Amino acid sequence: MKIRLDHVVKTFHTFRAVRDVSLDIESGELVALLGPSGSGKTTILRMVAGLEYADGGHIYFGDQDATDIPVRDRGVGFVFQHYALFPHMTVAENIAFGMKVSKVKREKAAIAARVEELLRLVRLEGLGDRFPAQISGGQRQRVALARALAVDPKVLLLDEPFGALDANVRRELRRWLREIHDELGITTLFVTHDQEEALDLADRVVILNEGTIVQQGTPEEVCRSPGSAFVTRFLGDANRLEAEVRGGKAHVGSVSLAADGIPDGAAEVYARPSDLEWSAAGPGIAASITRVLDRPGGRRVMAITTGGEHLEFDVEPELAVHAGQQGFVTLRRAQVFAR
Amino acid sequence: MRRNVLPGLSLSLGVTLFYVGLIVVLPLVALIFKAASLGPADYWSIVSSPRAVASYRVTVLSALGATAFNLVFGLALAWVLTRYRFPGWRFVDAMVDLPFALPTAVAGISLTALFASNGWFGSVLSDLGIKVAYTPLGIMIAMCFTSLPFIVRTVQPVLEDLDPALEEAAQSLGGSDWTIFGTVIFPLLKPALLAGLSLSFARSLGEFGAIIFIAGNQPMSTEITALLVFIRLEEYDYQAAAAIASVLLFTAFAMLAITNLLQARALRYTARN
Amino acid sequence: MSAVHTRRKPPRVGDQPLFRRLLIATVLILGALLILAPLIVIGFEAFSEGWRAYASTIAHPDTRHAIFLTVVTALVAVPVNTIFGVAAAWAITKFDFPGRRFLLVVIEIPFSISPIVAGVAYLFVYGLQGFFGPLLEAYEIKVLFALPGIVLASMFVTAPFVARELIPLMQAQGRDLEEAATSLGASGWRTFFSVTLPNIKWALLYGVVLCNARVMGEFGAVSVVSGNIRGQTNTLPLHIELLYHDYQAAGAFASASILAVIAVFTIIAKVALERQGAGRIRRPALAAGAAASTE
Repeated sequence: MKIRLDHVVKTFHTFRAVRDVSLDIESGELVALLGPSGSGKTTILRMVAGLEYADGGHIYFGDQDATDIPVRDRGVGFVFQHYALFPHMTVAENIAFGMKVSKVKREKAAIAARVEELLRLVRLEGLGDRFPAQISGGQRQRVALARALAVDPKVLLLDEPFGALDANVRRELRRWLREIHDELGITTLFVTHDQEEALDLADRVVILNEGTIVQQGTPEEVCRSPGSAFVTRFLGDANRLEAEVRGGKAHVGSVSLAADGIPDGAAEVYARPSDLEWSAAGPGIAASITRVLDRPGGRRVMAITTGGEHLEFDVEPELAVHAGQQGFVTLRRAQVFAR
Repeated sequence: MRRNVLPGLSLSLGVTLFYVGLIVVLPLVALIFKAASLGPADYWSIVSSPRAVASYRVTVLSALGATAFNLVFGLALAWVLTRYRFPGWRFVDAMVDLPFALPTAVAGISLTALFASNGWFGSVLSDLGIKVAYTPLGIMIAMCFTSLPFIVRTVQPVLEDLDPALEEAAQSLGGSDWTIFGTVIFPLLKPALLAGLSLSFARSLGEFGAIIFIAGNQPMSTEITALLVFIRLEEYDYQAAAAIASVLLFTAFAMLAITNLLQARALRYTARN
Repeated sequence: MSAVHTRRKPPRVGDQPLFRRLLIATVLILGALLILAPLIVIGFEAFSEGWRAYASTIAHPDTRHAIFLTVVTALVAVPVNTIFGVAAAWAITKFDFPGRRFLLVVIEIPFSISPIVAGVAYLFVYGLQGFFGPLLEAYEIKVLFALPGIVLASMFVTAPFVARELIPLMQAQGRDLEEAATSLGASGWRTFFSVTLPNIKWALLYGVVLCNARVMGEFGAVSVVSGNIRGQTNTLPLHIELLYHDYQAAGAFASASILAVIAVFTIIAKVALERQGAGRIRRPALAAGAAASTE
């Protein structure tokens, strides 16, 4: 099922949560809505589900205008942030709920068989008789997914699906959700504030800030060519340096970088810690090391430029560095944005 | 048992045990002793006398009727107060506590004034051929009045705290309003509702002040058990008073035990493995 | 940008407009008939024989004595009960000791017991046929059919009022603050007054207000132990009964109007205290509380 959001607006009291968002989601796609809190991502998800109504604009499911269809008739599977499992029902009863209340009457045996099938799919065979309070957080998450899938939804919507789980469980469930998506091929939209989760899992990432889409694309597109300083900063650690653009070149101290299409004037340069290189001799940006942090994967160095800007970068663990040392930093890769 | 970090255990526990012992436990023990001093045969003949049995019947049946009414009305009131906003809802919310705040004797005489055959409601009802004051119906109305807040005030906070996501989840799975109420909301309210029902029923069984004015107090028909105890006292028949009072006491204990059991059952899904 | 629709929320369960209006209307009408009407009728009946009759009932020495006795009872019973409630809440929430659950059940017993049973029970402690009756007789101490009996019976029926407001709240607040204060060297009393009390003051006041309303209005238990001696051991509720059965309905309602006004003030105080956050944390009942606390 293809989903289309057409100029969707949502205001709560005076707070404009979603401002004129248009978005196309292809059938079978796995899309992440990524943004800081208050960026409107959950509101968008809830509007797609019918749990909130848009104040303006339209939402289409395929060719059908779904804007005013109530949630119970919309045919979406929704996985809530804290799962919203019915605490007084067993795991199996939770999964069967949608089939039992459906207008399409089903045989008891058919429902039981489908519940078994879903329990197998989410790898919870044998736990059907437990109550939600009696299983782990990761298991609850999978029950919530099975319950949402039981009604054969046209669209699967997940609100911060792994938000409440330990880091290890998150990573495992992430891989597993991708497998299930690939197996079932349901159009899936999920909300997260975790960049890694969005980039690892999604076919396409939609980055939101203050109620508008600031960039969308494949993980490769948004990582390799972030469209703005906000996206660059939001996607991961980045060093920021003041620069001056003159004739398509950005100058940071004595270093100059390609800055095609950036107008002359003040600019900012962003570079990931892994894209900085340290050497004892120039050329480069003069800096002195303030702290050295040793980590299992490498060695992180914190330094300060002669202009007073703080930098962080990674060096080989074998490289001898120490606090107070003077040297030069060069940039292997960087993004330049006009100010 | 971990070691106590905070001071004041012996003082606070001492005060508590002394007070509970002197004010609550001692009198109840005295009552049970007095009733026990009768011997089984005498005890049985007092508590199973026709007049006593008739008083149990009218008390229990009226209390059941009042509790059943309050179950529906109290739930509806709690629902309206948590789910809907309308002009004056704060006032209505505050007025729910009136039966708690208004002394029972005051409630008794004003309900009687309302429902007596020349009263505001009584005159209308008697035209319809319904007599309330001095009938078991009057007893029921007095019980409804005094016990209503129990159900509203136990259900209301649970209804307020109900996670909206549960309802949304049920809606997203296609449930209709009545299905969601019956399968999701009501079961989650059940423990609170049970607690409210049992408090309401216990209160109705023991209610005295609000009832005696409106009841008519005819032996064998509109005489409640609490009043029979009082009458036996006025006749200086202390043994009989003790025996019948002990029936009320044991009923109250039995209610407490049953309620706790039912609640534990209703809440068993919250237990971890 | 497309036109902005009227702002709507998706319907929740029970939001169907017709259902909603019907339910509100039904509940309001029933509530007005069952709860509001009894309050209003008091005013009407109290003044049914005019202002003069009203004033003379209130000014009558018997009424004044009943008011006096009611106030004195409250002045003794409420503070004692408050001290007990605070002590019980401190013991139960700040320490683990065997029998804690049982103690909680015992404290709540008066809630489920008929006030008449309470009155009779007191008769068998302090009455002539009671445990201490002969002893009290020998020293000529009057407990029953006198103020002490009235106070004791009132304390029985209201024993749980303060404790049940404090216990759930203090349970929820835990012991961290008190432990921190103690670790910084504060004494027990200091800890209580400067750390615990500020956090429970509204709930405490809430319990006191409810306790006071019940003490002033208690009828059943007090009518057993007071002896109903006009002008001597009649509290206001007993005085109302006496006038009512004397066919002085207007006088009974005039006296009742005093208690009704107190009831209205109690409700106002309750609402005000609830705005401060009192009365929020409430166990549905013991079992539910226990289930929650074992999690």
